[in-house]
Amino acid sequence: MGSDRSKLGFYLLLAPLLLWLVTLIILPHIGLFAVSISEKVGVREYETGLGNYAVFFNEPLYWRTFARTAFMSISTTVLTLLLGFPIAYYIAKLTRGRTKTTLFLMCLIPFWVSELVRTFGWMILLRETGVLSNFLQYTGVIGGPVEFLYNDGAIMVGLVYTSILFMIVPLVTTLDSLDDSLIEAGYDLGGSGFSILREIVIPHAMPGIVSGCIVVFMLSLGNYLTPILLGGKDSLWFTGLIYTQFITRFNWELGSAFGFLLLALSSAVVFLGLKLSRQSLSNTMGR
Amino acid sequence: MTSPADLVCRELTKDFDNFRAVDQVSFEVPQGSFFSILGPSGCGKTTLLRMIAGFQFPTSGDLLIKGNSMLGVGPNKRPVSMVFQHLALFPMMSIGKNIGFGLRQRGVAASEIKQRVGLVLERVGLPGIEDRQVDQLSGGQKQRVAIARCMVLEPDVLLLDEPLGALDLKLREHMKIELKALQAEFNTTFVYITHDQSEALVMSDNIVVMNKGRFDQIGTAKDLYYEPANAFVAGFVGDANRFEGKITAVNGQIVTVQTEAGVSLHAQLTGQGAAVGQMAQIFVRPEAIELSKTALQGADHSNASERIVDSVLFNGANSLVILRDPISGETIQVTLPQTGAFLGLGKGETIYTSWNPAQARCFVDGDA
Repeated sequence: MGSDRSKLGFYLLLAPLLLWLVTLIILPHIGLFAVSISEKVGVREYETGLGNYAVFFNEPLYWRTFARTAFMSISTTVLTLLLGFPIAYYIAKLTRGRTKTTLFLMCLIPFWVSELVRTFGWMILLRETGVLSNFLQYTGVIGGPVEFLYNDGAIMVGLVYTSILFMIVPLVTTLDSLDDSLIEAGYDLGGSGFSILREIVIPHAMPGIVSGCIVVFMLSLGNYLTPILLGGKDSLWFTGLIYTQFITRFNWELGSAFGFLLLALSSAVVFLGLKLSRQSLSNTMGR
Repeated sequence: MTSPADLVCRELTKDFDNFRAVDQVSFEVPQGSFFSILGPSGCGKTTLLRMIAGFQFPTSGDLLIKGNSMLGVGPNKRPVSMVFQHLALFPMMSIGKNIGFGLRQRGVAASEIKQRVGLVLERVGLPGIEDRQVDQLSGGQKQRVAIARCMVLEPDVLLLDEPLGALDLKLREHMKIELKALQAEFNTTFVYITHDQSEALVMSDNIVVMNKGRFDQIGTAKDLYYEPANAFVAGFVGDANRFEGKITAVNGQIVTVQTEAGVSLHAQLTGQGAAVGQMAQIFVRPEAIELSKTALQGADHSNASERIVDSVLFNGANSLVILRDPISGETIQVTLPQTGAFLGLGKGETIYTSWNPAQARCFVDGDA
């Protein structure tokens, strides 16, 4: 009887997770997929087929936006890594005790404010009559007001800002677990700062780097608010296209197909990234 | 034979925010010798070693390796290598890559690295393990790989920071002998720091006892054991029974000390200037105390007393008895002679002890 009881307990504990997975992730996706492969042939008349996917490949605007989104997200990820790594290294290795906690908290504090408000913050800074433009005019670097918003740079800034915490946290965790004596041993054996970074620190931090990159890439790829607000009408972010299909055009079939293409894209890039860095998903995300 | 010293420290001092970790330490280590720095934790020995390695810079004083001052020279530019306390082998590399790390930094050709790595592994007795991973090795093997990783660079001085601390007792005993053999094999100067006196005594040519940032005594293992310079060394190196009391008589080098319990003890004075009335400490080694089943009297048997067996700590050849003074209740440790005469000794038995005053050391308080 004891084993039956423990089995019951096991299933009860598993139930919330299963409920979450089935009702909120698997079922909607099955529904979405079903919608995506149905073509509208007349009023309330549908046929099963891959027509919606064909539309995507035949319309350059769609797949170019798609490629652009992927490219920008990858750039964001690389930029976030380059910015986040020194910060994480500083927090994990060069600070102790209270300072460490304080710095970590300071990275976290912006996330107590909603993403919308944070993005508006950037708009206040970057717009034509904003802080940056006024400051540069005041110092005489530029003659008249300059619009810093509504370009790719502004999108990138917003995306890096939104996602850098998700890079720093896994990096700090893995760098924290790197024994200081390994770095000292590297120096002792004649290594330079660069060779130690390349041969000891980065190989050790690889799981953290990869898991941070996966999260940041996913967040950027699926971000809707930041590209629309900071990039304006011409932001051409793929999530924006999906939104248009669902809400403006009311073309759920095409919207679903786009959704699945985005899912395929993110999976493919993550798979490629793992293969290139010779890491496994369980090794990077399962810790 | 006066070969130039590999390592010279002159009045080396290191101050931290609110205390002095290393206080005006001066010493020389001759080429090819095994030099140990022995001291309790917190005595500054790790700071001293890290200054030699270059991870910390001295506040004042000078540090010379092969005659060249190392002030302002980074750890990666010094001709010293260090075996870390937890070895610090790189888990992300194979054994061969680990050992080759230093050579790669120097830009040695790949084929030569391969050959030299193979050679050094042979010398430490682990040929052909280049392709294994660090976690596939046993504790003793890791130890040897860590030494090989340093020795492949042919450093002038090898620093060892309590590398045996993490090993179990049996392996530690084995590695002591092995380290000594490796040192002889490579004929490199070893500077070894430890808090374990038996490691220092067994392996070293010269030992320094360090306490509170200062060197208390430098000498051979024998010197430290038989001729300790002060009370701290006498208490720290080897086991000793310690008595405290007031000096009641000074007769040349032999002083008489009366303990608080009223027992008079005789011992040889170390240092000068003992005067009647001063407080002093006496140290007697457990093996210097003679046991007898019959009462001992006469001039040969000063320090004779009657004691009761408190317990017998059987440990083969190193067995001890703990004896209690029936009057004062003080206990002393005595090595049990392995002649068979005291085989049946049991708790509560009465036994007579004595020791030669020349075998006991007296230190006047305040001069340590």
